[in-house]
Amino acid sequence: MHELSLCQDLLEQVTAIAQTHKADTVVRIIVWIGPLSGVEPLLLKSAFDLIRAGGVADQAELVLQNQAVKVVCSDCGMASEATANNLLCRHCGSGHTRLIGGDELILARVELAGVA
Amino acid sequence: MCNTCGCNLTAGNRHLLFTPPKTEAVTAVSVLGSLLQHNNEQAGRNRAHFDAHGVLVINLMSSPGAGKTALLEATIQRLKANINIAVIEGDLETENDADRIRAQGVPAYQITTGTACHLDAHLIAGVLPQLDLSAIDLLFIENVGNLVCPASFDLGHHRNVTLLSVTEGDDKPAKYPVMFRAADLMLITKTDLLPHLDDFSVAKAAQCQRALASQVPVLPLSSRTGDGLDAWLDWLAQEVVAHKLRVQRQQTIKPRMQEDGLKWHQQTPKIRFRPVARG
Ligand SMILES: Nc1nc2c(ncn2[C@@H]2O[C@H](COP(=O)(O)OP(=O)(O)OP(=O)(O)O)[C@@H](O)[C@H]2O)c(=O)[nH]1
Ligand SMILES: [Mg+2]
Ligand SMILES: [Zn+2]
Repeated sequence: MHELSLCQDLLEQVTAIAQTHKADTVVRIIVWIGPLSGVEPLLLKSAFDLIRAGGVADQAELVLQNQAVKVVCSDCGMASEATANNLLCRHCGSGHTRLIGGDELILARVELAGVA
Repeated sequence: MCNTCGCNLTAGNRHLLFTPPKTEAVTAVSVLGSLLQHNNEQAGRNRAHFDAHGVLVINLMSSPGAGKTALLEATIQRLKANINIAVIEGDLETENDADRIRAQGVPAYQITTGTACHLDAHLIAGVLPQLDLSAIDLLFIENVGNLVCPASFDLGHHRNVTLLSVTEGDDKPAKYPVMFRAADLMLITKTDLLPHLDDFSVAKAAQCQRALASQVPVLPLSSRTGDGLDAWLDWLAQEVVAHKLRVQRQQTIKPRMQEDGLKWHQQTPKIRFRPVARG
């Protein structure tokens, strides 16, 4: 879907971080990604390969860490691990659940080299 | 499909993508934050504009050909005597859908997105000057036919209506959970074709929707025969009235997708720096 623009945004933020720390290379970028983020990890990776060329992240490795889908139940109060297409409470079967994990798209860590 | 084609680049948001990197201090940011943040800010301005005129705005989303325009034609025929309606049509190409709406005697504005497979808040803002909102109660936005991208973009509307036509299979909510979770109302369309299909179950489709912890109404209908239209028209009429009351109380409502957007922003992303030695 809009992986290209997300990568553009990611790269912009990473570049800003590198500049702030006067680093000349970004070694690794770690992103948390959930199945309900609406973003396809493989597409994000290939979009990243397309976009990083020539910049400070030219050689960077993009590490995507998949996050689990979790819900909490408004009826029984319990939290359970769920799946993207089954968000029902695993304890009591209720459909009155709230998503507490699985829609993340978070820049978790940036590893820099050549920090001044 | 669109990771390489730049489908997200529209005339409306292009300027946001190529701004030079900011050099301010590092702040905790979610990756989705920035681009959607610009979109969401524009969406908020659009919504305020709609609310100032008491206009309810409904975003129709589905796969291509699920019957969005046909539903609008049938809806306009039934409601135009009582409710002032206008339509914004989003398509990759052609004015066909806007022409179909104009033939029903209501104003229609076509946005051709070119390569972009969804509408965004800036594209909507671009047509706002052409709309006489004081003459409208209900504005439909027919999004580009696509079960993926439109779900992520707030347009400044109030409600998401997601259509699933019976020829697409009853397991679509399970296959496209991001889209179907965003629905404030789910319509199962083209039910006149059910006798020709031996494997579509309305109950199964509703069950897939419920499995997404979604309690929204699931209404089967046929724009062709008019079967089931009444429940949809009742829902619409109630929403129009409810919105007028909300606006009088200086309140508004956001579509379901937006709740998730807020959640992203409430999360505290951790950014840690580990300078590594040069190899
Ligand atoms: N049998 C039957 N056909 C329908 C119904 N609604 C729409 N169709 C047909 O389905 C086809 C697509 O309908 P549209 O209304 O153009 O679908 P759409 O979702 O607007 O399509 P896009 O804008 O291209 O995504 C047309 O040939 C319609 O005549 C219905 O209730 N019953
Ligand atoms: Mg159409
Ligand atoms: Zn429970």
